[in-house]
Amino acid sequence: MSQENKIVIKDFNFYYDSFQALSYINLDIKSKQIFAIFGPARSGKTSLLKSLNRLTDMIFGARHTGTILIDGKDIYDPKLSLTDLRRRVGMVFDLPTPLPISIYDNVAYGPKLRGTKQKKQLNEIVEKALRSAVLWEEVKDRLNTSALRLSGGQQQRLCIARILALEPEILLLDEPCSGLDPISTMSIEETLIKLKENLTIILVPHNIQQASRVADRAGFFLNGELIEEESVYQIFTRPKDKRTEDYITGRFG
Amino acid sequence: MIFHHTRYLTQNIAKVFIWVSAISTITVMILILLQILGEGLPTLRPHFFFDSPRSMGREGGIFSIIIGTIALTAVAIIFATPLGIGTAIYLIEYTRESRISRIIRFGTDCLAGVPSIIFGLFGFVFFVIYLNMGWSILSGGLTLAAMILPTIICTTEEAIKAIPNSYREVSYSLGGTKWQTVTRAILPNALPGIITGIILSIGRSIGETAAVILTAGSSLAMPTSLFSPTRTMSVHFYILAREGISMEMAYGTGAVLILLVLFINTVANWLLNRYIRHRT
Repeated sequence: MSQENKIVIKDFNFYYDSFQALSYINLDIKSKQIFAIFGPARSGKTSLLKSLNRLTDMIFGARHTGTILIDGKDIYDPKLSLTDLRRRVGMVFDLPTPLPISIYDNVAYGPKLRGTKQKKQLNEIVEKALRSAVLWEEVKDRLNTSALRLSGGQQQRLCIARILALEPEILLLDEPCSGLDPISTMSIEETLIKLKENLTIILVPHNIQQASRVADRAGFFLNGELIEEESVYQIFTRPKDKRTEDYITGRFG
Repeated sequence: MIFHHTRYLTQNIAKVFIWVSAISTITVMILILLQILGEGLPTLRPHFFFDSPRSMGREGGIFSIIIGTIALTAVAIIFATPLGIGTAIYLIEYTRESRISRIIRFGTDCLAGVPSIIFGLFGFVFFVIYLNMGWSILSGGLTLAAMILPTIICTTEEAIKAIPNSYREVSYSLGGTKWQTVTRAILPNALPGIITGIILSIGRSIGETAAVILTAGSSLAMPTSLFSPTRTMSVHFYILAREGISMEMAYGTGAVLILLVLFINTVANWLLNRYIRHRT
């Protein structure tokens, strides 16, 4: 594998007021792979994801030290356009979060914010995004109905389509299957593997099995620290650290 | 067994109390409506709506008064709505709990508790005399705007607070700026709550008497511009009844007032329901 590093995280610390959520994270993530971040609750997984597209800026009292580079550029550079960063680094949340507007408008929301106005162009973007998220066939006849009428799994794929409409380079997924049934989960996992051809995916998996099914590499987080980072095969069969082993074998967590 | 009994008794007393409350509320409302509409409806012939008042309002209609009422309320809403919504957005989206936000909240809470006659006095001193706008639709409308501002701020704030935080996160994570997030993800969803506040405010403006007499005057002439003095229906009703000019005309005016408020409420609700159904 001779892929370049898409994301480089160096000595990254992250705090909510006085609580340290992440300490000294050093992690390189290669392009066009699925990287799984796993670990027990409150181990800093979501904080790391939200740091990567700076959604943490919304939180009062959040601060950080260290650097995160995407394609070699510091994302905390004050000259960098925040809206641009968020278009390049899309995020899907743990629970489906469709806006209470039509399916079409949900997908067109991002492109419209960016300034795409032409109806024809928007139609193409929406169709392409829904096809990539494997939702097109199910909704093509009812694009103008409310997104709230879709099932949970469909809503989550709609959220993925909504991000894909912006053609991001990186996709962050925070337990995207936590509220879904096994069949919907499977279709989302298939979608992710397909999407990997074109973009880098960072996934907080629903469980370890999911990580082993879809990810190329995985990192184990515990209490805000990155314990170890390995290929999925390695980390789940021969973990180096005792704590990783204990977690994987179910001794805690 | 004893406990069982007490609980049963409490339950029954509560039930009776709740029923009595509900029934008396409805009875009072129906009595008022019957009284006003019963006395007023016979007066409501087309010429009552479309004639100008003659001999102090003893004869003729209330056309100029209807126009004056609508103009005054419109001015109040046009000024208070953007200011109120803007303030609410500022308080919730653009600032955190801070000294400034506390001062603004304290100010609006105080404004909400001030009796309307005080607003009238302020309007009279400030708009009518100091700014030399005279008794006019503009003076009256601005005074009413100040009076309804707290209602609009408060209802808008509540409506915005009810928006799930995930809508904000989604909008930001799709590359939205703060302004885009406010205008596209927050306001459209807060709109039903905001409209409710505006309807309440319209009701208060139409019904206001004290503040209006002091700032818009009580002229019966047809207003020709924002600087004309005018008389609203509530003021007309008050003067007709108080000076014993004509109880018949007073009830007629009262009936029109009630029908107008009912009409506005119905139309606004209908529009709101259509909007909600259209979106979801």
